[in-house]
Amino acid sequence: MISLTVNGQPREVAADPNMPLLWVIRDLLGLTGTKFGCGVAQCGACTVHLNGEAVRSCVTKVSRAAGQQVTTIEGLSTNNNHPLQLAWQEADVPQCGYCQSGQLMSAAVLLRENPNPTDQDIDDAMSGNICRCGTYPRIRAAIHQAAKMHQGGAKS
Amino acid sequence: MNRRNFIQSGAILGGGLLISFTIPQANKLSALAKPVAAGGFTPNAFLNIGTDNTVTVTLSHVEMGQGIWTTLPMLLAEELDVDLDQIIVRHGGVDKAYNHTIYGIQITGGSSSTWSEFDRYRNAGATARTLLTQAAAQRSGVAVTNCKTEKGFVLAGDKKFSYGELAGDAAKLPAPQQVTLRPPSDWKYIGKGSKRVDAQVKTNGEAKFGMDMQFSGLLTAMVAHAPVFGGKVKSFDATKAKAVPGVQQVVEIPGGVAVIADHFWAAQQGRKALQVTWDNGPGTALNTTSQTIAYKRLAATKGVSAQAKGDADAALAKSAKHISAEYVFAYLAHAPMEPLNCTAKIDGDHCEIWAGTQLPGVDQANVAKLLNMKPENIKINIPFLGGGFGRRATPASDFVIEAVHIAKASGKPVKMVWTREDDMKSGYYRPFFVHNVQVGLDEKGMPMAWNHNIVGQSIMGEAKMFGPPPPVDDTSVEGVKGSPYLNTVPDHYVGLHTTKEVVPILWFRSVGNTHTAYAMETIVDEMAYAAGQDPVDYRQTLLKSSPRHLAALNLVAAKANWKTKLAPGRFKGVAVHEAFGSYVAIIAEVSIVDNAVRVHKVDCAIDCGLAVNPDGVKAQMESGIIFGLTMALYGELTLKDGQVQQNNFYDYRIARMNESPEINVYIVDSKEKMGGAGECAVPPTAPAIVNAIFAATGKRIYNLPIMNTKLIKQA
Ligand code: FES
Ligand code: FES
Repeated sequence: MISLTVNGQPREVAADPNMPLLWVIRDLLGLTGTKFGCGVAQCGACTVHLNGEAVRSCVTKVSRAAGQQVTTIEGLSTNNNHPLQLAWQEADVPQCGYCQSGQLMSAAVLLRENPNPTDQDIDDAMSGNICRCGTYPRIRAAIHQAAKMHQGGAKS
Repeated sequence: MNRRNFIQSGAILGGGLLISFTIPQANKLSALAKPVAAGGFTPNAFLNIGTDNTVTVTLSHVEMGQGIWTTLPMLLAEELDVDLDQIIVRHGGVDKAYNHTIYGIQITGGSSSTWSEFDRYRNAGATARTLLTQAAAQRSGVAVTNCKTEKGFVLAGDKKFSYGELAGDAAKLPAPQQVTLRPPSDWKYIGKGSKRVDAQVKTNGEAKFGMDMQFSGLLTAMVAHAPVFGGKVKSFDATKAKAVPGVQQVVEIPGGVAVIADHFWAAQQGRKALQVTWDNGPGTALNTTSQTIAYKRLAATKGVSAQAKGDADAALAKSAKHISAEYVFAYLAHAPMEPLNCTAKIDGDHCEIWAGTQLPGVDQANVAKLLNMKPENIKINIPFLGGGFGRRATPASDFVIEAVHIAKASGKPVKMVWTREDDMKSGYYRPFFVHNVQVGLDEKGMPMAWNHNIVGQSIMGEAKMFGPPPPVDDTSVEGVKGSPYLNTVPDHYVGLHTTKEVVPILWFRSVGNTHTAYAMETIVDEMAYAAGQDPVDYRQTLLKSSPRHLAALNLVAAKANWKTKLAPGRFKGVAVHEAFGSYVAIIAEVSIVDNAVRVHKVDCAIDCGLAVNPDGVKAQMESGIIFGLTMALYGELTLKDGQVQQNNFYDYRIARMNESPEINVYIVDSKEKMGGAGECAVPPTAPAIVNAIFAATGKRIYNLPIMNTKLIKQA
């Protein structure tokens, strides 16, 4: 049994310590908001927070998360009201939507570390997340927008 | 505006109003709306209004990113007079009523959903509004003409009824023979737009894709596919695979061996441990290098006529200047973000499928045939599609059939998932194409002769969906055939050589235009330079009888300040192309850094006729431009001894945030026929970029992707 905290809830999983965190989250815990896109740390669809840091859960062994805090898209905010989520909706960012959980989780760390990112900062932080639908211009705009809203008080 | 009505009305069990579409070809009775349980599956419904005021729209088309989840309900809301956020949207199952109004089968494709459904969804909304108004008139004793609707209510004199209150009464009234649609001056949504209805669930992880299917007893299956197309299993040893904890079963299916396990990871470990000996078959003979040589040789000869006028050969011989070009286009994988997957559950003489599919009716028929069941016993559920780009519209239902084979062989409900590598290596690609183009110019530099031969596999021929293979597949030549440039050339010939390969091919976002626009728009650019003319001026001259091309071109040239000198080190290129009834002109601004291109800015103008949801059109232009950018920079699959050499996003690259240019989209204010938006920005993107590269380097690129060419800035 491996114990970890997911979105604030203590969870126990009967998993091989080598099992990637992604599949623990999706297939054992049933949280499907975190996506599988490549399995080799190339696309960012599986991005979650491990103790507040963005990690590619497809290549993160669950043993690394033992006793640690994991946050998935389902736990990014209480009511879909993280400034990024609001800005995403305002800018109509999602198309197919499949990459967007990962985009939001990457952007959330960026914004926490850097409340007022430049375009270059966005390039640096977001280029590990592929969007096949090409929503990059709107993601960029939404991050800038969320940075403006960030004073609003929602948690990150 | 009066429209003949093909709408039925009826009751939902529990008293609500149900609006469904009649099926013109079929027996009228079969289309009658049957009462159904509230919230239950409603065959051929488009609109349910519950007594609890819920308004549910069932879509005939599927949402794969293009925004149809928003645009079709907008059309309905416009006539029904409800707020869009009051509406619950869902995908329909399979029903003839959901057949495409033009194509006659249930399909989402061809950038056609909005224009082909423009009347039907508005009629459904107007029918419901008419019935609800009549019900209010009856109940209040106020004349119908003195009743009006307002956001989910009917106002009858001083009384106000919610649609829910009236739904039961309205359901008892006969559907009107004719309905009056709102004049454009009254439109609240159409032409103005709306936020995406699915944005909420796509920002909090709630949106369910096929990959997210979970239910008790559902196992995950992964298939070891033959490494060479057409290969077969010779033998396999599952001992080690079965020893992997969580692996339940290993079964052989046509074309591969499936490992069935408790979850994805166990299935993946099991597949790694599986030992299969393959009979690769004749497919091993295929190599990209030899294919290129063979296709080039063929392209230098005259193909089957797709379009011809005068005597191109004779005119070429007489021309003042000759331009010759040979283009090579690689196989391309669609690579939707959500790898292909399908869940199948067989239960006696019934089968239930969950799949992100663009072709549910065809899938139903294919599954029914495989299982020897009645089509109506195959239920297809469609979650959100994590991208499609054509890949989820396979006439052979490849990934659906694969899941059903596994469910059948194992006797278990399974979610069959492909890894990214499976998705990249297992086929259904944009075909490999070669073009050979010979253009003769007159003394003024204008084209007087044009000889254009194209070589490639036939998508329509291999799809076998729309009858026998045509001698000339339009999807191989569209964009050259019918080109407004060619129409100005007195002597021209367009020929096609259709080839056969073991590689499975399919329509890919913008289909033939992915390569034809490239050939046309780059050679026209060469012609402009040869004529000593500005590339925009030159196109304007050639397009003087093509007003919609011209409208898009003029708008983008003005907005991008084409004639204004750029900052040092920056260069521009232009392209304009029609696809799926829409006209898109693009100007790309680039620089050359470290022998590679950097695209800084893309300006885009589109004439799509009425833009029902303008911001949705803009989003599709952005999407198509970035898709085109990926294709231009990186798009290439290569084969060696019949095996695809690329694996995942590290060697089949996709443009990323740091490569994403500033994009500005301008919509031509147009009263012309409506066209599509989902695909038309892809074709002109790559040629605009390489035309800008020519301006920067003096080098023409005939073989995509650009990354294979070392770029050197001109002094
Ligand atoms: S699935 Fe983990 S980075 Fe792509
Ligand atoms: S929205 Fe489709 S992949 Fe990003």
